[in-house]
Amino acid sequence: MSFVTAVSAGAVRAGTSVMYASLGEVIAQRAGITNLGVEGCMLAGACAAYIVAAETGSPYLGIIAAFAAGGLFAMLHAFLVVTRGANQLASGLALMFLGLGMTAFFGRPYVKVQITPLRDYAIPGLSDLPYLGSVLFHHDVLTYAVFPLAGLLWWFVFRSRWGVMLRAVGESTESAFAVGLHPARIQYAAVTFGGALAGLGGAQISLAYAATWVENLTQGRGFIAVALVIFAMWNPLRAMVGALLFGGAVALQLQLQARGVGVSPLLLDMTPYLLTIVVLLVWAQRGRDAFPAGLTKVFRGTG
Amino acid sequence: MTVATQARARLRGQPPRSGWLVGRGAVLRFGMAVTVAMVAFGLVLLSESTNPLGTLRVMWDASVGTEFGRTEVLVKVIPFGLCALAVAVPARVGLINVGGEGQFYVGAWAAAGAVLYSGLPGWALLPAAFVAGATGGGAWAALVAVLRVKGKVNEAVSSLLLNFVAIQFVNYFVYGPWKDPRGPNWPFSPKFPDAAMLPTVYGDRLSIAIAFVAVGLVAMFLVLRYTRIGYHARVVGGNAVAAERSGIPVGRYLFWALVSGGAIAGLAGMAEVTGIQGRLRPGISVNYGYIGFLAAWLGGHRPLGILFACLLFGAISVGGDSLQLALGLPGSTVNILMALILFAVLAGRKNRTQVRA
Repeated sequence: MSFVTAVSAGAVRAGTSVMYASLGEVIAQRAGITNLGVEGCMLAGACAAYIVAAETGSPYLGIIAAFAAGGLFAMLHAFLVVTRGANQLASGLALMFLGLGMTAFFGRPYVKVQITPLRDYAIPGLSDLPYLGSVLFHHDVLTYAVFPLAGLLWWFVFRSRWGVMLRAVGESTESAFAVGLHPARIQYAAVTFGGALAGLGGAQISLAYAATWVENLTQGRGFIAVALVIFAMWNPLRAMVGALLFGGAVALQLQLQARGVGVSPLLLDMTPYLLTIVVLLVWAQRGRDAFPAGLTKVFRGTG
Repeated sequence: MTVATQARARLRGQPPRSGWLVGRGAVLRFGMAVTVAMVAFGLVLLSESTNPLGTLRVMWDASVGTEFGRTEVLVKVIPFGLCALAVAVPARVGLINVGGEGQFYVGAWAAAGAVLYSGLPGWALLPAAFVAGATGGGAWAALVAVLRVKGKVNEAVSSLLLNFVAIQFVNYFVYGPWKDPRGPNWPFSPKFPDAAMLPTVYGDRLSIAIAFVAVGLVAMFLVLRYTRIGYHARVVGGNAVAAERSGIPVGRYLFWALVSGGAIAGLAGMAEVTGIQGRLRPGISVNYGYIGFLAAWLGGHRPLGILFACLLFGAISVGGDSLQLALGLPGSTVNILMALILFAVLAGRKNRTQVRA
């Protein structure tokens, strides 16, 4: 496989987990709720998927478990933030620590257990295409599913009635309430769904990408997902691009190492974050508040 | 002004917060929250047929129950307390600093650079590391401050993003130019000379850096309580528009509050490399920046509350280290307890009125 092909294929493979998580966070933040605990949801999903896959022998049941586990974790955040009016940043960080602890504790017996990983399916016909075949059509089901999902969520957010309701709540719960919506219900649904997607992202790591379970398997990818949401300006398709850029950086690093090039691609690893800051700066100069308005109050005041 | 922006403005002008150790029922409520969290933690342990009382006993003995344990708790209070101060000082003027983690790393990097590559004589290494650590952390926070004051970029977001840049930045040095040429092929800087290690004040591991925490907490209390700067800071934090109108240079306060916070977090990094590690390596902070954020929040951004929260988190953290040896449990199991305490407090504290549906 050529270098470019290997890096591109690796970008898709490594970017998938982050893509799930950032798509989920886009939905949650569109409802005006920040979940800094995406990392916790990803870990919960990764660990639940691995345990279920190990116990039942089926990685597909593991995927379902991951969806549920990530959703349950996020629901806890929704309860604290929506129902109890808790500080979103503090609650999210606490959720991350809960995920770290719970998965270390419950995952411990499975650390050296083998599972049947999600297998790669080559799509007949398409997988033989030069370049594209290896990059796009030799993957596990979770990776195949994430690209249509990004498109679907874009349609959902910007073109569907539900999306209008979601964004209305994210702009102002008061106004949304005034026109007869149920802001709290919508926020619960958005945060829970976001966490469930983060759980799927975790499952892609434990069932396919790494195909193993160790403590702290996700290694901060949840935070990267949060950063990407801002980079993506709350747009699912841009979140997809951002996640691929991140995956590309990871893949490039691995390929360079494999080929004995000892360069640390320092700039590459920093690029997504620095780029995000530049984007924020440009938007701020144009006087555009890029945030869903409901989010701004989270980031103001010390509450 | 639209109706929506008016509503938002109203939400922003939150009522004065009542922090821990201020309200009368606070201690009682906190005690209840900890009890609820302990019970929930016990249930989690039981579900894997681990004896909860035995586990808590081990944690207690390892942290609060012995002299060594109590010293170890104070060892943890150094990074936790400084990282919490790094959040609490900017919080006074209404800024949210989520960047303690990055400021810690850059402080540690700058201190290591001063020790290893400044060529100073032995006696000057520690003062140089101190200045470098504070400057490094402060400069890192200054990026956030300039973006906020000049560029109107939200500081919570930019400081969070810069954490990841800082970690990569340090990785670059320890994997590249600063890697110990004589050591095994690990991403470690060369070992610091003995002259660059902070003196210990008790036992083998509690360094003089614990005094940084004490001085920081007391100074914060005194400055806020008795000086004009502290008064102005409170006004800026309470209502920036009113502060601006009454002639307080708001931008300058925002800038220096963030830079001071960053400098304090940088000192935490300096204390870690010159007090504990003795070299620069990846992963020197075990989420200290984030734990500090939570400790500051739990302590209501007040000195006494922060001290108490840091002692609590320190005891939990030290207790966790013992679980591995005594019971074969992963050390990070205690993160469950820490999170549950925070959840119980978060759920018990009604922060603002919500639109119900």
